[in-house]
Amino acid sequence: MTSILTADGIPLKDSLRKAERGRRAKAFLLVAPLLLFVLISFVFPIFEMLFRSVDNPVVANNLPLTIEKLEKWDGTNLPDQETFSLVAKELLIARENSKVGKIAARLNFESGGMRSMINKTVRKVRKYKGNDYKKALIQFDKRWGKVVTWKVIKRIGQRYTGVQYLAALDLKVNADNTIGLQSEDRRIYVKIFLRTIWVSVLVTIFCLILAYPVSFLLATLPLRISNLLLIMVLLPFWTSLLVRTTSWIVLLQRNGVVNDILVALNIISEDGRIQMIYNQTGTLVAMTQILLPFMILPLYSVMKTISPSYMRAARSLGASPLTAFVRVYMPQTTPGIGAGCLLVFILSIGYYITPALVGGRSGQLISNFIAYHMKSSLNWGLAAALGTILLVAVLVLYWLYNKIIGIDKMKLG
Amino acid sequence: MVFPPYVGMGGKIAHYSFIIFCGFVFIFLIAPILVIIPLSFNAEPYFTFTEGMIALEPEAYSTRWYADIAKNPQWAFSAANSIIVAICSTFLATLLGTLAALGLSQSHMPYKSAVMGVLISPMIVPLIISAAGMFFFYSNIGLAQTLPGLILAHAVLGTPFVVITVTATLTGFDHSLTRASQSLGADSRKTFFKIQMPLILPGVISGALFAFITSFDEVVIVFFLAGFEQRTIPRQMWAGIREQISPTILAVATILVVVSILLLTTVEFLRRRSEKLRGISPS
Repeated sequence: MTSILTADGIPLKDSLRKAERGRRAKAFLLVAPLLLFVLISFVFPIFEMLFRSVDNPVVANNLPLTIEKLEKWDGTNLPDQETFSLVAKELLIARENSKVGKIAARLNFESGGMRSMINKTVRKVRKYKGNDYKKALIQFDKRWGKVVTWKVIKRIGQRYTGVQYLAALDLKVNADNTIGLQSEDRRIYVKIFLRTIWVSVLVTIFCLILAYPVSFLLATLPLRISNLLLIMVLLPFWTSLLVRTTSWIVLLQRNGVVNDILVALNIISEDGRIQMIYNQTGTLVAMTQILLPFMILPLYSVMKTISPSYMRAARSLGASPLTAFVRVYMPQTTPGIGAGCLLVFILSIGYYITPALVGGRSGQLISNFIAYHMKSSLNWGLAAALGTILLVAVLVLYWLYNKIIGIDKMKLG
Repeated sequence: MVFPPYVGMGGKIAHYSFIIFCGFVFIFLIAPILVIIPLSFNAEPYFTFTEGMIALEPEAYSTRWYADIAKNPQWAFSAANSIIVAICSTFLATLLGTLAALGLSQSHMPYKSAVMGVLISPMIVPLIISAAGMFFFYSNIGLAQTLPGLILAHAVLGTPFVVITVTATLTGFDHSLTRASQSLGADSRKTFFKIQMPLILPGVISGALFAFITSFDEVVIVFFLAGFEQRTIPRQMWAGIREQISPTILAVATILVVVSILLLTTVEFLRRRSEKLRGISPS
């Protein structure tokens, strides 16, 4: 069988394939600049940052010989004389490269008090003239004489580590290398993760309860009126987040407008003013208002497409208004409910600004702790571990969203 | 309200309580934004309505907090930073985003959904994680605490909005128009500028406005990437709320509300115009 040829004698199939390839290359070239920009300046930096959660270079790079020696150590008796002199010498080298602060800080994250031990030791070793480092170090600080200290150094000396993830889940490695719970007063992150999820669930539910009737109203009113009302939904959407957060502070504080109204209406007494801000209530109220448009818009766009004749048919077949609504109307809005809830949940789980400004102590979410470890405590490894857990959660939800609704169906305004 | 004769008493009560509930939700949405406007004209340094204000006495109102903004060079300085960063990042985001959307909406585009996922990711990843990642990246290449660094960072955040709005405009696009233009002898450049561009322009502009407001309103990235010299308006407001909250903040907030009303009106106008334009083409 001879294949069909084009006018210049090339088989039609090949010619077509060539043309297709050209078009694909052209389409890809249009996308390429942005794709590269996003990959280089966004995706790659985030992966690099998250890598810090397992990356553990400080001790491994600055005390390499000590760590190598400790690899062969049995872990029951104190290390030998040579290990002691190695650690003393390597600490002195680290001092010359001004790395002692980093080593001390890294060890201190793992076991409180080791910062002072390292600093004291370095100070005294400089003046030490003798040869018996084992005796000298234990004399400088008696913790050098404990097996636990060496176990910590050995563990922190590993180039890659999972300890940050353990810390992020309130776990720690015990002295005997088993994994156990963190001491009671240091168990915070599981609580914070649960609080973040709890707050996000509540915000999502509140948004759904408030948004559903409003979207229904918008979808059933004549277009002229609903367009006007829609502006009231879109205006908060376009207003600066900081403006909205500021106005919630103004409204909800002790001497704020809401308390004033309640006092004027004699609902509460002058002394009974309610603390509504700088706590979890403040976070909940402000986040619900800020995220409400993200629930209304997808619900509205789904409800707009539902023909009113279905409800009328149900009524004429004898259903009560409630039955018609629950059995006929609501099932048709499920895509909108799914889209809105996922969107609001994804946004609230990573929320930072509002909890930071109006959350007080009890309203802080996981993002605020990531920011704290990034900017204040400088425990970047732990920040990266917390961030990875948060990001994985968000990406799973995003994947679900894409699966159920499709990212290309996302509409704005 | 006229009810059909079959609606009973219960139905009427249900309907009115539904309307009242919706009214409360609208108040909940809009009141926090509107309440700061009169409060910003308070003559006293309080965050609540004084008795004089409720009695509508003219002495109880003043523009002293607006004068305060004008007097403080820090606000003018942050406003300049905000506008420079927002305009430059919007330009970059719109240019790259529109090109990408043009490529993505072609049926020949390979790996479409994977590419789309990557391009949308700046909108999905929690800001704090983006900020932390960019902090290390821009520090390493020496662009932290500079305006170009901030512009690039904000441009990335703005691109998903441009991609989404322009792709949405292109979905209803009638490709026989471009074929018609080409068959009438226009080359592909002429076709793009004369046929495609005018039709997708409303989508491009509203995407650009989204990118603009994203940058103009952004504070977390600024928090990590900017030094004192690059402070923007939101960063300045953040400092104001955290350190010494004064009614000047309310005056700034009022100005921002006016800006957002203007932006919203523009976007709505463009959206309707776009629907009208596309309504002409049989899709």
